[in-house]
Amino acid sequence: MTKQHANWSPYDNNGGSVVAIAGADYCVVAADTRMSTGYSILTRGYSKICKLADKSFMASSGFQADVKALQKHLSAKHLIYQHQHNKQMSCPAMAQLLSNTLYYKRFFPYYAFNVLGGLDNEGKGCVFTYDAVGSYERVGYSAQGSGSTLIMPFLDNQLKSPSPLLLPAVDAVTPLSEGEAIDLVKTVFASATERDIYTGDRLEIVVLNADGTRYEYMELRKD
Amino acid sequence: MESTQANPGLLCSPEDSQRTLYPYVTGTSVVALKYKDGILMAADMGGSYGSTLRYKSVERMKPIGKHSLLGASGEISDFQELLKYLDELILYDNMWDDGNSLGPKEIHNYLTRVMYNRRNKFDPLWNSLVLGGVKKGQKYLGMVSMIGVNFEDNHVATGFGNHLARPILRDEWREDLSFEEGVKLLEKCMRVLLYRDRSAVNKLQIAKITEEGVTISQPYALRTFWGFSAFQNPTAGAEGSW
Repeated sequence: MTKQHANWSPYDNNGGSVVAIAGADYCVVAADTRMSTGYSILTRGYSKICKLADKSFMASSGFQADVKALQKHLSAKHLIYQHQHNKQMSCPAMAQLLSNTLYYKRFFPYYAFNVLGGLDNEGKGCVFTYDAVGSYERVGYSAQGSGSTLIMPFLDNQLKSPSPLLLPAVDAVTPLSEGEAIDLVKTVFASATERDIYTGDRLEIVVLNADGTRYEYMELRKD
Repeated sequence: MESTQANPGLLCSPEDSQRTLYPYVTGTSVVALKYKDGILMAADMGGSYGSTLRYKSVERMKPIGKHSLLGASGEISDFQELLKYLDELILYDNMWDDGNSLGPKEIHNYLTRVMYNRRNKFDPLWNSLVLGGVKKGQKYLGMVSMIGVNFEDNHVATGFGNHLARPILRDEWREDLSFEEGVKLLEKCMRVLLYRDRSAVNKLQIAKITEEGVTISQPYALRTFWGFSAFQNPTAGAEGSW
């Protein structure tokens, strides 16, 4: 006789959207700060962006406990790297590490949807986009999370990215200025907030460039 | 705040699992908020065995170390096991005798790791935990769910409290509430829960933690009002019903 059981699931979706855009000499990583469960809001002020290295910022949406564990894991690996190599990890190196870390749990995945943004060794903006089990690709811009289906088509339209199939390969990095890219991010989140119930409250933006790192915030609709 | 998604099938089918499948003796909501001097937390004293109110004097809030207060809803035996783990943690911390002591941030992080690790083994501790404290003037209030989801905020609530108490707190909480204002606000939340949560019991404690230490009140009951005219002759509009 089958017992009645409480249908426990090890996963939950705590929602939220994340976006990153790469520029010629800057990178913008942004995420909303709402954390939800089911139809409830748990908190309006939770940061989804984590500084993994001086020039690598990861923004993750999905199951918060897995995201936290992933952030801790990568930060720990980075600390060891610094001890062994006496330098910070480059963004492409961190990108590979993240992919490997995700695939390691291929058969009990981290329910985390990530974008990694930063500056490569030449100072150019780089954005890497992932799925939950580690498939990744360097792109000019990306959106993940609950609002990604609303945001990505709009970014495709505004940033007019060249086809990745073109030969010779054309750079996907946007020619927009830093200010224009930030405005675009703000617009995109304001729109996603209107239609995605899991996106809203406040927008956190991290801007990386040659002068360093800067944080910006914008209020979003709280309904 | 337990996750309520559909049965993942092969991952944990009831016939094969020797682990926790469902809770037995449970406590209902815990509500907490930050106020001027520290944290105020409230929980009732009921331990339900399904729909039976089996235990009526369960203390669901306990002091941890010098700086923290832990409140739990969910399976009471799992809460007791957590207290054992925390006892050992605090003991080892004290044995260093180096003048340092674990603060609420550290305890919250420890609890998050414990809950997440148990979830990874498919054997969760079936609790939603509220951890509040003050250390060196810094107030801290956080929550951990049974699958390891954690956050901190100015006010938190577990279970039904999330649905019924949080909206009241979002509307009426402000920075630097006095002790009396904080208690009044908590009692307002607990009263709504008493009226609307089937597993709530009218015997509660309110705990306060400040830089000076922890005080947990004696159990007491909230005043309720049932004298609504609509309750007087409930079948007046529909003859034959009960």
